Amino acid sequence: MEGSSIYGLMAEFDNAEALLAAARRAFTEGFRKMDAYSPFPVEGLAEGLGFHRTGVPLIVLIGGILGCAGGFFLQYWASVIDYPINVGGRPLNSWPSFIPVTFELTILIAALSAFFAVLALNGLPMPYHPVFNVERFELATRNRFFLCIEAADPKFDAGETRKFLEAIGSQRVYEVEP
Amino acid sequence: MDPEAREESVGAQDSLALIEPGHTLGSITDKISSIVLTHRTPWFWYFGFGFSFIFVLILLYCIGALLAIGVGLFGIMIPVAWGFAIVNFVWWIGIGHAGTLISAILLLLRQKWRQSINRFAEAMTLFAVACAGLFPLLHLGRPWFFYWLFPYPSTMAIQPQFRSPLVWDVFAVSTYFTVSLLFWFLGLIPDLATLRDRARGRVPRFIYGILAMGWRGSAIHWHRYEMAYLLLAGLATPLVVSVHTVVSFDFAVALVPGWHSTIFPPYFVAGAIYSGFAMVLTIAIPLRKLYGLEDFITLRHLKNMAMVMLATGMIVAYGYLMETFTAWYSGDIFEKYMMMNRMFGPYGWMYWLLVLFNILIPQALWFRSLQTNVVVLFLIAISVNVGMWLERYVIVVVSLHRDFMPSAWGMYSGTIVDYAVLAGSIGLFVCLLFLFIRVLPMISIFEMRELVHEENAKNG
Repeated sequence: MEGSSIYGLMAEFDNAEALLAAARRAFTEGFRKMDAYSPFPVEGLAEGLGFHRTGVPLIVLIGGILGCAGGFFLQYWASVIDYPINVGGRPLNSWPSFIPVTFELTILIAALSAFFAVLALNGLPMPYHPVFNVERFELATRNRFFLCIEAADPKFDAGETRKFLEAIGSQRVYEVEP
Repeated sequence: MDPEAREESVGAQDSLALIEPGHTLGSITDKISSIVLTHRTPWFWYFGFGFSFIFVLILLYCIGALLAIGVGLFGIMIPVAWGFAIVNFVWWIGIGHAGTLISAILLLLRQKWRQSINRFAEAMTLFAVACAGLFPLLHLGRPWFFYWLFPYPSTMAIQPQFRSPLVWDVFAVSTYFTVSLLFWFLGLIPDLATLRDRARGRVPRFIYGILAMGWRGSAIHWHRYEMAYLLLAGLATPLVVSVHTVVSFDFAVALVPGWHSTIFPPYFVAGAIYSGFAMVLTIAIPLRKLYGLEDFITLRHLKNMAMVMLATGMIVAYGYLMETFTAWYSGDIFEKYMMMNRMFGPYGWMYWLLVLFNILIPQALWFRSLQTNVVVLFLIAISVNVGMWLERYVIVVVSLHRDFMPSAWGMYSGTIVDYAVLAGSIGLFVCLLFLFIRVLPMISIFEMRELVHEENAKNG
């Protein structure tokens, strides 16, 4: 792997528009292993990097369905099978009164799925990541925008990529230690 | 007209900004994070925290006494077996609703004015639900057996009664708390990363670092994050409506006159939002003054909240009207007596006070000049807080004290322990809020950055 002594090259930008333009340029240039960092969600940035589907909605849907089915089954099992008790002559499977708890458990499991899905898919918690080795990167949570092209990208070349990043409007380009 | 365009035109017409001009991404970040990261805790923080902590101690003392001696310390008796504890429970859980409304429903409706108030409104929700949860537990008599409410393979070989609204309540409130917590914490993660990067001490860096879980603002992460946040908002929206509906079922499913009514679910939900917005205003007005956040929590926000309060207040007023109408129209002797007793019985003064606090005083909000008068708004918010507590008192106690058989009637009044626990729960709520504003950003920093970005783009 070329340039294996570094994780990649990171370019700094002043505003979201510049970062978005740079990310799109880098993608058309053929770079794939890269990521952009911004202090707030920038519309279209993930798409600009070639990332489209999040996978989160499907996980939430599955969670919701499991919560719904599990919630109803929990009550059915408790009221009909495990502890059948006659309340005012109502049928054991008095499903209309099971709706509120079924609904609550649907929401609960779907919400838990959404929360843990976003963490798991994003690979969080992550105690160490090379981008934090760049001193200025702490401004990524304040007012600066960064684009990092990883050395693992097949098109990566320490000298050429640096020139490319400078050409697309970044004043500062840093080497990211692994 | 799409919501954004409408909002803009409203803003232009009133010339009240969402955020005062002149702010940049950096200045927003520094201003909000400096409240947390400063070494100098302001005097009013010590005062407020200390004062509310006294009430927390009173609460702890009362809880100790209740555990040691029993619920006989409350004023509950037969026929009024649901006293202050249930009144307070419904009151607190209602207050929580505004936080979810602001953070979830207004997000789905793309109302940008939510962005500077959603964080502390969500925190308020969490603390209010925590206070609410305390009351049914204490009211159980033997709180250490609370887990009997959940279905689990117990050695007693029994199961909870899933046909009972009280069991639905357990699921509704615990789901509500969990989902509110997830929503709040997910919203906090990028801001915790900001604090991690801004903090200079080793200990805060470490703690915020652990909590931020390595968030680095990657575009792909943001993409998933926004999707998950939107889905959580979509899930929280029906949830918030369901919670107070289920709470109202505790009453509506029973046969007691004054409880057994189909109007309860919508009217409880409207009342919850009403009292919640009143509480948000009660907190926001002093907070923006003390911390100098007038640039972020502008008069526009206060005005919008005032209008939500006015609208939901009118729904609540309609609910009172329809309750009275239904009692008369039903021709049912018990319903009619319940209403007469509510208005002119021994607790009649409470009903008229509630009409005064909840309906008459908030009508002042029709006046445009009063909508942006912070002192008046604060007083109206307090009035609604008190009015909503009285409403629950009227529903719970006044309905129970005279139901069907005159031989079973009785009079109820709270004991010193009832009042102390109520005051203590308010103390706990305020105390938790003070802790929150000291250690976590009370305004969502990344959403404010988004807002600044959009405003700057709009103004060129």
